[in-house]
Amino acid sequence: MKTPPLLPRFLGVGIALSAAIMVTGCSRESEKPAAAGPAERVVKIGLAAPLTGSEAHVGEDIRNGGQLAVDDINAAGVIVGGERLKIELVVEDDEANPTKAATVAQALVDRKVAGIVGHFNSGASIPASRIYAEAGVPQISPASTNPKYTEQGFKTTFRVVANDNQQGPTLARFALGKLEAKTVAVIDDSTAYGQGLADTFSAAVIAGGAKVVAREHTTDKDTDFKAILTSIKGRKPDVIMFGGIDPQAGPMVKQMVQLGIRARFLGGDGIQTPNFVKLAGEADAEGVYASMPGLPKAQMPGGQAFFDRFQTRFGKPVELFAPMAYDAVQVLVDAMKRAGSVDPAQFLGEVSKTQYSGVIGPIAFDEKGDLKDGPLTIYVVRAGQWEPVETIARSTAAAPEPAAAAAPAAPAAAAR
Amino acid sequence: MDIFIQQLVNGLVLGSIYALVALGYTMVYGILGLINFAHGDLVMVGALSGLALLKGALGAGLPLPIALGLAALGAVCLCGALGVLMERIAYRPLRRAPKLAPLITAIGVSILIEYGAAMIWSKQYLALPPVIQSTTWQVAGAAVTDLQVSIVLLALVLMAGLLWLIRATPLGVAMRATEQNAEVAGLMGIDTHRVIAITFLIGSALAALAGIMVLLYYGVAHYFMGFMLGLKAFTAAVLGGIGSVPGAMLGGLLLGLIESLASGYVGDLTGGVFGSNYRDVFAFIVLIVVLVLRPVGLLGTASGERA
Repeated sequence: MKTPPLLPRFLGVGIALSAAIMVTGCSRESEKPAAAGPAERVVKIGLAAPLTGSEAHVGEDIRNGGQLAVDDINAAGVIVGGERLKIELVVEDDEANPTKAATVAQALVDRKVAGIVGHFNSGASIPASRIYAEAGVPQISPASTNPKYTEQGFKTTFRVVANDNQQGPTLARFALGKLEAKTVAVIDDSTAYGQGLADTFSAAVIAGGAKVVAREHTTDKDTDFKAILTSIKGRKPDVIMFGGIDPQAGPMVKQMVQLGIRARFLGGDGIQTPNFVKLAGEADAEGVYASMPGLPKAQMPGGQAFFDRFQTRFGKPVELFAPMAYDAVQVLVDAMKRAGSVDPAQFLGEVSKTQYSGVIGPIAFDEKGDLKDGPLTIYVVRAGQWEPVETIARSTAAAPEPAAAAAPAAPAAAAR
Repeated sequence: MDIFIQQLVNGLVLGSIYALVALGYTMVYGILGLINFAHGDLVMVGALSGLALLKGALGAGLPLPIALGLAALGAVCLCGALGVLMERIAYRPLRRAPKLAPLITAIGVSILIEYGAAMIWSKQYLALPPVIQSTTWQVAGAAVTDLQVSIVLLALVLMAGLLWLIRATPLGVAMRATEQNAEVAGLMGIDTHRVIAITFLIGSALAALAGIMVLLYYGVAHYFMGFMLGLKAFTAAVLGGIGSVPGAMLGGLLLGLIESLASGYVGDLTGGVFGSNYRDVFAFIVLIVVLVLRPVGLLGTASGERA
């Protein structure tokens, strides 16, 4: 085959070259305005929650809440220290396992995350918090309610939910007041969360002058509660309180009904989920009470809008703690903004000075890192739905008005 | 007293389920000397596949008894096939390997089935739709449901059937011969591979039915539910004398009763020092005591390790 004549070849190369110069020239031109704007700065925020195992649905909820916040922040173009933030969510699965939580915490610290949203279980948050504290990385738990979490003296631990020092006594006051319980049986699932909640509840029941007639224990893996429920049946309590999560609470309520126990069933935030109603069955779940830190979603300042957006983005409703996880991410970024730095050493101080108005309401922390004036709402299952009964807003420091402070707007309060 | 009777009822139902599962362990151990750790997971597959089939059948508008029958049949077929497949692929090639090899393989098969199920049915606790309306009777102050009675009766019928099969049919003779000495049985013209496959098939079918029972009784199924149940059933088999079929039945029923009574009364007997969370501890203390006094288990025979 003949080679093409030289001239056209040079011509070709010349055209290609000049085209290349033009293209690069053009692209230089177009880069200029961008260079005048802030450069992009990638900031990693760690999120740890159980993403496998029986609590995976709650963990996924937290991850989705966090992801939604990250999407919002990236879209809004937050500027910190003259640089445009690009938040990257680094998600880790702690399997609701305390040992795994510590491993995951170390992994997140090693990846140089600026802040942590997590964990879900108190039993995971507590061991992990030491690692974050040593690394000086702020940790905001969206869900862990065991008081010990913030009582370790770490400057890096925060939470955006009321703790069990509030939840247990509030549930107890509700049981003794509204439900007029004289005798109470208490069951826990032997986890830091379940046992902690059950202990604070029991203490408040005794302080309130009622009797704890049975204190039983199960595990967070069991589904057979017939034996402990039978021994509780013999003690005839007015109320049975369970400190634990929905995979146990669902079958437990079902078996309670099968055994013909007529006591009211109460639980903490761990059972206030749509999943609980599914597991117990609508008929058996009817009339079960649960407390949940925070306002009912209708009363959350950013409530309905957030819930709708969440549904559209992920195709499923909010399970439990997505709003808290969303706000936790926002609080971290808000602190970065005020400090003008994404370095945890610089903005950690600003996290404790947070005055943020989030989806769940105003967020500020006390000196331990607990949510100030964290409200609590009691819900009841009516026709398969959790409906708010009353909201108890009280300060973590002092309790001026206990059970009487029912929310005036709660629609179900009238229904009761 | 009525509480005591209620605990007996609870224990009896739980024990019947343990016994059905324990049979699978003991039959395989009797013939192969293998502890099939994946057996508990067949119960899980039975429950989860049964649940899926039940939902499908009800969704197609079938009446409950037929849907339930189909679900049970489907679960039995699936688990039976899985059991035979497991034997063919994972255990038969290791028949002449050292004892430890098939044991480790069994653990591997167990993990494989668990995570396979997690991929198919997710890791959530899945709820039984509220289709079972059980009637409750008051018997001597204890609440007994028709479901509980059916579970115990069905378990007894299945166990009686199995005993008959082993003692009075040619297949049973072949099974017992293979158990006593597989090589000699082979020389006598028994297809031992086939006998072993059938043993797995029967054990797996019983596990599937136990899974359906657990599903109906507790109303939930979960990919990891077979682990603890399998461990308890294995314990029951050892308690009764591993390798002995009547032993597995007795061991299962006993373990169910011990657990129930322990969680009901340990707290009272120890003045609250030990609570109901120690029920497994007490169940295992009973196991240890029995094994110390009678190393072959309650009904085991002392003729070597293959009873």
